[in-house]
Order: sequence, then C-alpha cells, then structure tokens
Amino acid sequence: MTSLVLLEFDASGIKQPSRSAVAAAAKLGEVHALVTGENVASAAAAAARLPGVAKVLAADAPSLAHALAEPLAALLVSLAPAYSHLLAAATAVGKNVMPRVAALLDVQPISDIAGVVDANQFVRPIYAGNALATVRSADARKVITVRAASFDPVAAEGGSASVESVAAPDAGSGSRFVGAELSRSERPELTAARVVISGGRGMQAGENFKLLEPIADRLGAAVGASRAAVDAGFVPNDYQVGQTGKIVAPELYVAVGISGAIQHLAGMKDSKVIVAINKDEEAPIFQVADYGLVADLFTALPELAAELEKG
Amino acid sequence: MKILVPVKRVVDYNVKVRVKADGTGVETAGVKMSMNPFDEIAVEEAVRLKEKGIATEIVAVSMGLAACQETIRTALAMGADRGVLVETDVELQPLAVAKLLQALVAKEAPGLVIMGKQAIDDDMSATGQMLAALLGWPQGTFASKVAIENGTATVTREVDGGLETVALALPAVVTTDLRLNEPRYASLPNIMKARKKPIETLKPADLGVDPAPRLAVVSVAEPPKRKAGVKVASVAELVAKLRTEAKVI
Repeated sequence: MTSLVLLEFDASGIKQPSRSAVAAAAKLGEVHALVTGENVASAAAAAARLPGVAKVLAADAPSLAHALAEPLAALLVSLAPAYSHLLAAATAVGKNVMPRVAALLDVQPISDIAGVVDANQFVRPIYAGNALATVRSADARKVITVRAASFDPVAAEGGSASVESVAAPDAGSGSRFVGAELSRSERPELTAARVVISGGRGMQAGENFKLLEPIADRLGAAVGASRAAVDAGFVPNDYQVGQTGKIVAPELYVAVGISGAIQHLAGMKDSKVIVAINKDEEAPIFQVADYGLVADLFTALPELAAELEKG
Repeated sequence: MKILVPVKRVVDYNVKVRVKADGTGVETAGVKMSMNPFDEIAVEEAVRLKEKGIATEIVAVSMGLAACQETIRTALAMGADRGVLVETDVELQPLAVAKLLQALVAKEAPGLVIMGKQAIDDDMSATGQMLAALLGWPQGTFASKVAIENGTATVTREVDGGLETVALALPAVVTTDLRLNEPRYASLPNIMKARKKPIETLKPADLGVDPAPRLAVVSVAEPPKRKAGVKVASVAELVAKLRTEAKVI
C-alpha cells in the first residue's frame, strides 16, 4: 500500500502544511511525493530530503506553473493507478484540485481529515468542528485532503529519496492563469506560525490592525482576523481564521476584539494556549481562552506591546 | 445564457448543533434549516448577472427531502426564475450530487453553474470541483469577483496568500467565497411572486444516477471540550503568566 502526496513549495522549501500531509500519509504505509510546476529541480531535491518519503515524482511543465486545477488533476489521475491513497494538504491548492481528481476517478473525496484510524477509516470535523465524524470509505482508492493543524509536520531534512521525472499529460483545459495579487508580508504564514494574533470586529477599522503589529513583531507572530473583520472590510480574506478561512493550531493564539462565533472557534480552538482580550466579559471567546483579559483593546494593546518590550 | 444555481438546505448557521446521544449524527429534528450561506451568495451573483443582461434565465436546483422546496422558494424569491427539486431520502454525498447535477446540466444546457464553495454542514468543499471534472469544464473556485464577457468568465479567487485571477472558457463552474457579494433579502412582494414560479420534481432514477453514499458514517462524536481558563486582571499579569506558567513567550 503506497500513498502519493501532492506537495506545495516556495523558495524556502516544502511548505509546512504539505509536510503535515506527509505525516498523515506515513500512518498509511509507504509515501511517495509529487512536486509539480516549472523548474522544480530544487523543490524535488527538498522533497527528497523529507524524512519518510521513499520516492519523489517531479513533473516539470509550463502547464503546471500555476497549479491550475485542470492540468494538475489530469496529472494526478494519470499517476493514480499505482497508489492506494492520494493526499494533499487542505490548502487553497489541495481543496481546489483533489475533489476534481476524485470525481475523475469516480471516488468520493474525504476532505480535511483530522485523524487516520486505518487505511479505510478517517476522522473529519463537520459542522465547523462542532462534531467529529469517523467515516469509512467504500472506494478502492482514497482521495484525501489533510487538515495540517491536526498532524505534526515531518521535519524538512533527514531523508534521502530518489527523484524520478514524470510527464504531464497533455490537457487542454479551458482555464488560463491571468495573474496573482499576493499579500506581501515579512511575517510567518498563518498556518505555519508558532504564534498567531488575530483581530475581530472590535478593532473597528482596518488601520487599527497596526496596533497588532508591534506585538506580532515581538512574538514572531502571524496576523489573522475573524470573518466579521473580513466582512467589515478591515483586512483581506487571506487573513481569515475560521470554518471558511484558515485552520490554525499555533502554540499561542491571541484573539483581540473577537467575540468567539462558532465559525471562528472552528479555526483556532486546537491552539495550545489561547488568550482573549475583549471588553465584553460575556463574550463566548472567554469560554475557550486559557487567559482572558477584560479590557478595552485600544488601551490593552499598547500596554501589551510595552510590556513585551520589557522582557 | 442560462445559469444553474444549486442550493443546499442546511442547519441554520446560528444553530449550535448537538451530537445525538447514540453517536449516529447530529440532531436535526426541530432545528431551524436555511439555505447554505455560500449558496445565497451564488443566487445573488446569478441574479446580478441577470440584472446586467448577461444571464437570461436562472434555474435553482436543490436535492434531498421534499422540504428542500423551501430552499428553492427562497432562491425564487431572491430572483431565480424556476426550480428543480431532485427528491430522495437517500443521504446525498458530493459525488452523487455532482453526478445528479451533471445529468441536469445535460438536460438544461446552462452556460454557467454558480454554487457555494462549501456547505456549512459537512464542510466538504468538493461538489463544484467534482461537477466541473465530470463535465470536463474549467473551474473557478473560491471566487471573490466574477466578470463575464465574450464567452469568458474572469474569476478572481481567494487563495492562501492573497488573490489569483483565472480566465475560464464558458461553460464553466464557479464556486463562491464570502466577499463576492452581499446577498439581498427577499422582499414580501417577491416572496409572494415566488409562490407562483414553477418547481419541477425529479427522482435520481429519472436522471439515471445511483445516489448511494460511498462514505459510511461509523460514528459522530463531540470534539474534546476546552476548559475555560482564568481571567487576568492586567496586561502585566497576562504577560507574566504567559512567560512563567504557560511558557509560550
């Protein structure tokens, strides 16, 4: 039984959510990894160094440069016969491509798994994480996305797998990449950060998110937001933590001016330590917070920044 | 151009769901049901395309129990022209829904299918991508902006690091993210008018699809509860506790 894991990478190596997907796949047996794109030699080499990866497949083609779902799915389908399980992290790329792969293989995908019971049974959150379903697949081949926050990622170094080139099938797709507008930030990515500090509707305006910055700088934290803050237009959607945004489980999560709607809790309640700062002492966020501070965030945040400086 | 909008009946987003005592699922008896919020955004987008003269007809589709008619009526009150109900008491999973939609697309020949990126009950986020695959159509998932011109849908997508734009040759499948639009409330006159709009009822067998689920639910459990911690009196106390007690900073 061998699994194939679709990896994502950037200039610094294999992304952490993908390394979590490798960790999930390792529970199922032998793991092969797939890197795709244009000029993927260094990414393939990085994949080969992941502990637990037995073989790396590298697909190098202009059509794969932007991870469009149509050519990427065609590639995965062409490789599928050799594998019992096809996995990817439940990132924007994984969520976009894996259901397409599943449909082409006549398989019901298993999205966002948080646990592996055995080769056929998996645990996945439903209803914004308010229930955990254990499901058993009747399909011969499983197509899975992995909730990265639920699996400790494998290390970036330590393995030495062989690398094999694979051809991308010729798939006219009707889809064309036009452009990307990526948020530039020196801070760690939300899904990989050790500390996350998020603002909610209580921040009142986008410019007030600046108050989070000195604290984020000091703690090496990623900055996130609740859906309410995104809906209000304070920050872009890629900040969103929650059921319909990113799922995070950092060592420290600081929720500022966030009331704690079910859909937000779904994205952060597995954090190791949760701090809530809110002026409403009845806010539901305090029911999940390890440390709650009832205070006006506009006085508490500068104080917190100053206090951290003292350290 | 005709637009097909699939709409799902789900437990209302404000309801705190409870796991059934016997661990077979969550309690849905007597619980308020609504249209999946992302599907409302899809209906709204279709209606706006019709108001701009790009769409000529909007067909709202729902699948499941007879009660899904209510969800279709909501879409009709928002501005969809007619409805199709695929009635079954079999639990429908995304693969079955995608196959049923594929058959309906063959029948209706829409130029565009717009649907929610995710249903807030099973959180699968799969059906749109699967439908696109079965039809061999391009897909634009997690859309925050859609522009249609000269047979092409230009879709701005919410991705992990920001935004990405793709151009799709129509026909295509688009799935909606939350910033695409703000759905309207149906006005009373439109709710009255919606009562007169037609809804066709079909069975999965009429569409030649076996809807049997592929995933068996073994059990459904409550997630581990987090205990509420302590309230601290000051920022200084908070930082001290994070340093010496939690040891996370």
